[in-house]
Amino acid sequence: MTSVSMTVNGRSVSKEVEGRTLLVDFLRNDMRLTGTHVGCDTSQCGACVVHVDGRAVKACAMFAIEADGAEVGTIEGQANADGSLNVIQQAFQDHHGLQCGFCTPGMVMSTVALLKDNPKPTEAEVRDYLEGNLCRCTGYHNIVKAIMAASGQDVSSIAAE
Amino acid sequence: MPKDSGIGASSKRREDVRFLTGAGNYTDDINIYGQTYVHFLRADVAHATINAIDTSAAAAMPGVLQVFTGADFEPVGGIPCGWQVTDRHGEPMQEPKHPVIAHGKIRHVGEIVAAVVAESLAEARDAAEEIELNLTELSAVVDMKDAAAGGTKVHDDLTSNVCYDWGFVEENKGAVDEAIKNAAHVTTLELVNNRLVANPMEPRVAVGEYSRADDMHTLHTTSQNPHVIRLLMGAFVLSIPEHKLRVVAPDVGGGFGTKIFHYAEEAFCTFAAKAVNRPVKWTSTRSEAFMSDAHGRDHVTKIELALDADNNFTALRTETYANMGAYLSTFASSVPTWLHGTLMAGNYKTPNIYVNVKAVFTNTVPVDAYRGAGRPEATFQIERVIDMAARELGVDPIALRRQNFVTEFPYATPVAVEYDIGDYEATMAKLEEIADIGGFAARRAESEARGKMRGLGVNCYIEACGIAPSNLVGQLGARAGLYDAATVRVNATGSISVMVGAHSHGQGHETSFPQVISEMIGIPEDQIDIVHGDTSKIPFGMGTYGSRSLAVCGSAMVRAAEKVIDKAKKIAAHLLEASDADIELKDGQFSVAGTDKSVAWGDVTLAAYVPHNYPLEDIEPGLEETAFYDPANFTYPAGAYACEVEVDPETGKVTIERFAAADDFGNVINPMIVSGQVHGGIAQGIGQALMENCSYDENGQLISGSYMDYTMPRADDLPFYDVDHSCQTPCTHNPLGVKGCGEAGAIGSPPSVVNAVIDALQSGGKDVTHIDMPLTPTRVWDAMNNA
Repeated sequence: MTSVSMTVNGRSVSKEVEGRTLLVDFLRNDMRLTGTHVGCDTSQCGACVVHVDGRAVKACAMFAIEADGAEVGTIEGQANADGSLNVIQQAFQDHHGLQCGFCTPGMVMSTVALLKDNPKPTEAEVRDYLEGNLCRCTGYHNIVKAIMAASGQDVSSIAAE
Repeated sequence: MPKDSGIGASSKRREDVRFLTGAGNYTDDINIYGQTYVHFLRADVAHATINAIDTSAAAAMPGVLQVFTGADFEPVGGIPCGWQVTDRHGEPMQEPKHPVIAHGKIRHVGEIVAAVVAESLAEARDAAEEIELNLTELSAVVDMKDAAAGGTKVHDDLTSNVCYDWGFVEENKGAVDEAIKNAAHVTTLELVNNRLVANPMEPRVAVGEYSRADDMHTLHTTSQNPHVIRLLMGAFVLSIPEHKLRVVAPDVGGGFGTKIFHYAEEAFCTFAAKAVNRPVKWTSTRSEAFMSDAHGRDHVTKIELALDADNNFTALRTETYANMGAYLSTFASSVPTWLHGTLMAGNYKTPNIYVNVKAVFTNTVPVDAYRGAGRPEATFQIERVIDMAARELGVDPIALRRQNFVTEFPYATPVAVEYDIGDYEATMAKLEEIADIGGFAARRAESEARGKMRGLGVNCYIEACGIAPSNLVGQLGARAGLYDAATVRVNATGSISVMVGAHSHGQGHETSFPQVISEMIGIPEDQIDIVHGDTSKIPFGMGTYGSRSLAVCGSAMVRAAEKVIDKAKKIAAHLLEASDADIELKDGQFSVAGTDKSVAWGDVTLAAYVPHNYPLEDIEPGLEETAFYDPANFTYPAGAYACEVEVDPETGKVTIERFAAADDFGNVINPMIVSGQVHGGIAQGIGQALMENCSYDENGQLISGSYMDYTMPRADDLPFYDVDHSCQTPCTHNPLGVKGCGEAGAIGSPPSVVNAVIDALQSGGKDVTHIDMPLTPTRVWDAMNNA
């Protein structure tokens, strides 16, 4: 067992973990932050995207001990201080950017990282950025629309609801 | 003005808040005190005799509680099939035993051979590596026609690999043969409907629990229909009576059909929890999902369409091989027959139709319903052969379809179903408008100027939803009723809980079902909650599949709400000292017709539970009603789809430039949700047409076993879609006039994609008439360069 310390959603934590413990399992099982999901075992689906020191990372592709000393952000830390949805979360609800909700935490976490680097992405840039996040429900239409809306762009000309 | 609540409003989804904040409760999020973990040792060969399994070293590994093999499951039943098909000769299908854990023989890669239950998942995995298998590998049968022809048998105790040879309608065969012989033109097409993996983003999970205190079993599972699982597993596999078995399906991360079925892992976790007297949890990896979730489609078909000299369709004849895989999954036998043959008329008045389906066993994962289930296979054949006929005859493919549309309703097809209502001309006209088909020539010229080939493909579809009239499906071999149920429980202060048999795993029932009740009673949507997914809380309903939730369970909910309103009116009449017949309910207010006397909904509900001033001699206190609804017919959503593609002549790569869908779903409760359902279906249909393929090698090894080699559509593979559901012919036989929208996109989209690619290639001078899905760059390039 190895000792690991990190800050998760602003809170300092220290735990003993096996060396082979993935960051995603640490978050889900040790921290009981089950909003971060596991959708595959080949780092393809992006359901487990979290932020490590401000960068979007697939938490299934990193050991917990590699995050020692890091600032980790998960979906549970994304809402506004009063508990209301943040701008991105609200845009996903407003534009029906989710159905079963399983890929959603990863989509939101990727979107936060995208808009930090590129505050007004084009449709092509959004689609390109989401290459690492799979969704099986929405056909991506409303996810792309929600992300463009969250960036302050007018999406009223994009087809359908 | 769009409404802001009730029926027809695009109410925002309430369930989104928990999903967007990480507060969802999926099965893998459930952890029970004292929980253990199971790791399944799965077959890595497709066909083998099991000579011996030595588990002694594994059992001695740290943390191991027990190691299970097929021998431990000999006393229990096999996984049942829910539908018995009768073949052309009146004989029942061949139905092999489907063991929970392989016993004596392995029949597909991924089949469970042994199971280790340990304190931690890592310990279970480590111990499984110590299990010694003594196998004699056998030759595997993978190709369906090889399997049907004889040779290697998947099941030694069956007479052959043919599960059934089904003819529909057998009595019509002679007339169909005659019509084809006498036709002015016959178009013949051989095609493959490629094998797919449903791939909901949440892998399957099962957590079994057992309480010695009350002999109660609980299974938490990723299911679309918890009562179906309770019925199948309790009655047929583990012999647990219903009152001692609770099945809970909490938030479920997508289903698409593959979470309908009862799986071995569910029975294992329930059984093992009692055996080790601890909760037992299994979480599928994605790699396990590829080799244990039921696959979809996998048909090979020859179709012939006969036309007279005026291009009227006169007959249709098909011969299909349908893969069952190694065992019969829950609804496997019904998919290529009753969910496929009955739709072979499509939107057209073809008078003579004969469908032959040979279902065969192979050494592959079981195949069952995947989004659309039989209807995509029917639609693909019909709409491809019509397009090919139009090309052969040199006529416009849209005009050829129009000429042959069914235009009068009700319409009894020659394949045993009756379309109650529809307007195929309306959806085609709407499609021409939203797809801007008039502007295609200019767009093609623009693509050609850039060196690309551009094609337009159109198709229609019809499907059967609202599954299903129980007396009818009982005659056809279903081993269960297919009604649904709802309980409307009004609380004392007027808020309402509705317990429903349907299950929501992305469809947004928690939002749309309350919209209906809100409309009926006139109280705000947020005063109404839906309860679903727990057999200990909900009435015995059959769950969510076949786009049935609103048409069947929603109808039950309406009937229960009507009973509630009838009773509430009696209470209101008492309070208002008026006659029952004079009471009207509007906007949450009961009033006496023609007077200004009224009483609020909440005052009436309070009186029902605090019956101090109440007609106790006439009616019981309380306000709670249950209704079961058994549909009178299927519902028939229909529509027309158009796809525009560009094909790169250098690489064969296809890009979707535009996609439009005009659907008739009857009445629509929440347009936003309906559009979202169509979007997702279209993406899966485009995935099937261009990218997705589940493939095996000749030894039965699964080649596409992960997202590294099974191509899932990604955001940059797909465009924005133009979808429209303003053409509405309300269903004639259910109270909401709804038809179902969950599968249309996946049913309606593959033919238009393929039609568009063929159109593009022919516009570029390539003599290509058909390419089998998926139309990958390699396949398109090969077709272009070998044409």
